[in-house]
Amino acid sequence: MAELDRHEGDDPNGSVYRVAGALTIMRAATTQREIDSLPDPLTIDLSDINRMDTVGAWIVYRTVRDRGAKVIGASRDEVSLLKQVKEFDVPTRVVPEEESGGFTRGLRELGEWVAEIGTTLVGLLGFFGSTLIGFANVIRRPRRFRLNAVVQRFDVVGVRALGIIALMSFLIGVVIAQQGSVQLAQFGAEVYTINLIGRITIRELGTLMTAIMVAGRSGSAFAAQIGTMKITEEIDAMRTIGVSPVEALVIPRIISAVVMMPLLAFWSMLLALIGGGVFVWLSLGIPPLTYIQRLQEVIPITDLWVGLIKAPVFGFIIALAGCFQGMLVEGNSEEVGSRTTTAVVQSIFLVIVLDAVFAVFFSFIGWV
Amino acid sequence: MTTVPKELDPTFVAPGCHPIITVRGLDNAFGEQVIHKDLNLTVCRGEILGVVGGSGTGKSVLLRSIIGLQTPQAGEIEVLGENMVGRSEDEAKNIRRRWGILFQNGALFSTLTVAENVEVPIREYFPYLHPPLLDEIASYKIAMGGLPPDAGPKYPSELSGGMVKRAGLARALALDPELLFLDEPTAGLDPIAAAAFDDLIKSLQERLDLTVFLITHDLDTLHAICDRIAVLADQHVIAVGTIPQLLALDHPWIQEYFNGPRGRAAAASWKEGAEA
Repeated sequence: MAELDRHEGDDPNGSVYRVAGALTIMRAATTQREIDSLPDPLTIDLSDINRMDTVGAWIVYRTVRDRGAKVIGASRDEVSLLKQVKEFDVPTRVVPEEESGGFTRGLRELGEWVAEIGTTLVGLLGFFGSTLIGFANVIRRPRRFRLNAVVQRFDVVGVRALGIIALMSFLIGVVIAQQGSVQLAQFGAEVYTINLIGRITIRELGTLMTAIMVAGRSGSAFAAQIGTMKITEEIDAMRTIGVSPVEALVIPRIISAVVMMPLLAFWSMLLALIGGGVFVWLSLGIPPLTYIQRLQEVIPITDLWVGLIKAPVFGFIIALAGCFQGMLVEGNSEEVGSRTTTAVVQSIFLVIVLDAVFAVFFSFIGWV
Repeated sequence: MTTVPKELDPTFVAPGCHPIITVRGLDNAFGEQVIHKDLNLTVCRGEILGVVGGSGTGKSVLLRSIIGLQTPQAGEIEVLGENMVGRSEDEAKNIRRRWGILFQNGALFSTLTVAENVEVPIREYFPYLHPPLLDEIASYKIAMGGLPPDAGPKYPSELSGGMVKRAGLARALALDPELLFLDEPTAGLDPIAAAAFDDLIKSLQERLDLTVFLITHDLDTLHAICDRIAVLADQHVIAVGTIPQLLALDHPWIQEYFNGPRGRAAAASWKEGAEA
């Protein structure tokens, strides 16, 4: 690297900054600091430099511009470079202008937040409506129903989720059995562990945990897929060709989630029961046959209906939120990420709210 | 087989040429599909080299091999006097600082403004620059790329296609590169914008003493600014030379390319422009 030698002379006319070697971006920070430390009026002597790049030229130029410094000893090339730099001196903002003012800004952000929630809710309602219209169109003209797309979604949403949901449910069954038996042992009522496992997994947890898994696996994928298609203008292309994006993208996804959720939920209940059964067999010594008999006695069939009725509704909400957030994507790739996150958060939140509503409803109609 | 005179052979280094990129015996293949077989190319310092070839002949793969985004099956690649094949990331960094690349679609970072995009390479290599100086350098590069000052705080999604290319060029120029790679810089631009972009590249090349490696399909660009043209066909560079030199060859693709209706129109308009 060429060295940079500086010289500050106490000229009667002020200070002189003399550089030798290369005046380039490599030494830009140092050069700027050294120039800043010298008093006015300043003269910059370039006679000893052998290389100057645009950044070096820019530093010299801005010193001339801001402090009226004089440049001496510049070669022809350096003079032309300095001229070029001057030609391109057009100040630009780096980031968009931001409003200042603490209180009004806070108020404005609050207002924007409220407005955004409002428009999101209205938008979701509108999206729900256009989905229903899409369904109506497909029912009226069944030839427009995309069977292949739906079957493909079945595979992605349902079949490929079997493994992870099985593992998760089995472990949850084991955990409920273990925790339950510890507590119930205090009353000498270990045998009621079976009631606990059976009722909680079939009525609540099987469906709820499956819904959360599907929201994380498929709801996010829906949002990201549709969002990316939005950015690459595939959705616009579809519309101009005359293909309705709701019919082609949203309806297959909603159908697949609605159909797959009860199946996955049932699968999850089964695996949770097996997990709990394995634990009570190994730990409490209750043999599998007794376990199954006992389950038959203590679980009312209405519990299964409660679990299975909720599942398609949750599936619908998850797919709707995912597709809706995907359709809202505009602009850049960061938006795909944030919309995907919102889709998952929104769908899990809505699932839990609806679960509470269902709980109240079912106890009201006497399915306790 | 077309016979290529010695001075058009891609391995030939003319007297007075200081090679800045040397590619020898490059082989590239994706699975069964062979893209390049024994490809040679030399780029001299200070020239604008145009690379042409039909779709799918591996122009972009050649670019990716040279800049180290693609590891070739075999061959040697030397850029700025350094061997590029099998280098560690750290060693490659020093060479990367000395070149700028404009990707076909701009490849601007979509979450940063244009000015911040230009600052990215500067911040990466020179983190100690003061923000005011950095911002001034960014606006200077933006002006140099031919963008209006109000483009600086805009996000890439708010720019037109031509402005995205100019912003990409400004970012490529951020570190005063010696070598500039351009992948189809005028593709997707209207003829006026494309001509302006050609002028911009030519003037920057003269002012900043750049070497330009230019992949293009644009016949006007080839006529207007390229010193030499490398023709990629049959999995290797068949010849490198000026348009009249290439026209003297009887290779069918070259003849069709430069003597087809579009090639003749571009040549005629270029001749007219030169005479006027």
